[in-house]
Amino acid sequence: MHELSIVMNIIDIATEQVQQAHARKVDSIELEIGTMAGVEMDALDFSWSAAVRNTVLSDAERVVDRVPAIARCGNCGLEFRVSEPFMPCPACDNVLVEYLQGKELRVKSLVVS
Amino acid sequence: MCATCGCDQPGGVTITRINTEEGEFRPVSNHGLVTAHHHHHGGQESSSEKRRIDLQQDILSKNDTQAGHNRHHFEAGHILAVNLVSSPGSGKTSLLERTLADLKDQYKSYVIEGDQQTLNDANRIAATGCEVVQINTGKGCHLDADMIHRSIHQLDPQDGSVVFIENVGNLVCPAMFDLGEQARVAIISVTEGDDKPLKYPDMFESSQLCIINKIDLLPYVNFSVEKTKEYARKVNPRLSFIELSATRGDGMGKWYEWLKNEYEAIGSRKEVAASV
Ligand SMILES: Nc1nc2c(ncn2[C@@H]2O[C@H](COP(=O)(O)OP(=O)(O)OP(=O)(O)O)[C@@H](O)[C@H]2O)c(=O)[nH]1
Ligand SMILES: [Mg+2]
Ligand SMILES: [Zn+2]
Ligand SMILES: [Zn+2]
Ligand SMILES: [Zn+2]
Ligand SMILES: [Zn+2]
Repeated sequence: MHELSIVMNIIDIATEQVQQAHARKVDSIELEIGTMAGVEMDALDFSWSAAVRNTVLSDAERVVDRVPAIARCGNCGLEFRVSEPFMPCPACDNVLVEYLQGKELRVKSLVVS
Repeated sequence: MCATCGCDQPGGVTITRINTEEGEFRPVSNHGLVTAHHHHHGGQESSSEKRRIDLQQDILSKNDTQAGHNRHHFEAGHILAVNLVSSPGSGKTSLLERTLADLKDQYKSYVIEGDQQTLNDANRIAATGCEVVQINTGKGCHLDADMIHRSIHQLDPQDGSVVFIENVGNLVCPAMFDLGEQARVAIISVTEGDDKPLKYPDMFESSQLCIINKIDLLPYVNFSVEKTKEYARKVNPRLSFIELSATRGDGMGKWYEWLKNEYEAIGSRKEVAASV
């Protein structure tokens, strides 16, 4: 379950920010997770509740923006919504597509106090 | 929280140096040395007013930074580092055992073994006389760049050597974590489904070579080598393939040739860097 390491990384990032801001805790945290980022939201929830105990995130409200995946075809240039991993271009069936968005795995913002 | 012992510190990863001479293990690093444990510094008054911080920070940026540092270690030492990824049981350790025995005189090699719990694979490698460290990840399903960094400093590989990294048997998670390796090799065995590349695309997308192992069993299983290649190419058109049997030895020559090419590429890269 790499979701646990993802949560551990989020805790590290949040701890660093709280220390830098000379705050005590995080009130809310906004994450950006693309639909093709390889993260299972159930596994993330599970890891989250176990891992944030006794950390700056223990009482934080968590907001997750799921970014839909959009790709551009390397052949005909069509931009399309990707509904499954490695979906070929719906116009020309080309498999070499470039992701414009949907692979995000980011801490977008925090509210600390 | 630590994934292994439930303590309030991150980590829980154990790294064990296997002593080849005496054939027994000698733990040189354990939980007490986990570098990620934080120390709190007092002194500053904390304010209680709410503040919003716009961050836009990549969650895996720390791993990527650490991987970059590992890559620097490898490049500086003219070392070829290969990351082997596969499902559990595809034959990573078997491939290494035979490779280390066959190439003993060609390269000075080291192995970093990843496994959730046991020292079994590291003991198999130690039996070939190769220097090895075992990383036990506990519940963690992949190796990360920090574990590799600690292992590099334990092994202290000599210049011009080859470091093989056997990742934890898992087709999903290791793909997300750059270790700083120069090449990633995905292994699939013919006892698995030939649609694996479509079901677990990230692994095949992020690798340069795909080894199709256990071809000695092809007469007994319903597995199409051609279909596997076709599916894998959909995911990664630049992927190369080698079919082999790690236990019977078929096709190993092609793998050694591939290693030699990678090894020489590292050498020429270094010469270019030195001449600039
Ligand atoms: N028939 C046959 N069996 C093989 C071959 N390669 C490996 N095996 C067998 O497959 C089983 C698993 O091999 P390992 O080398 O331990 O696989 P692994 O990928 O290291 O497994 P984990 O570390 O548990 O993920 C063993 O019983 C091997 O003997 C092969 O080429 N042919
Ligand atoms: Mg193994
Ligand atoms: Zn995982
Ligand atoms: Zn197209
Ligand atoms: Zn612990
Ligand atoms: Zn270092």
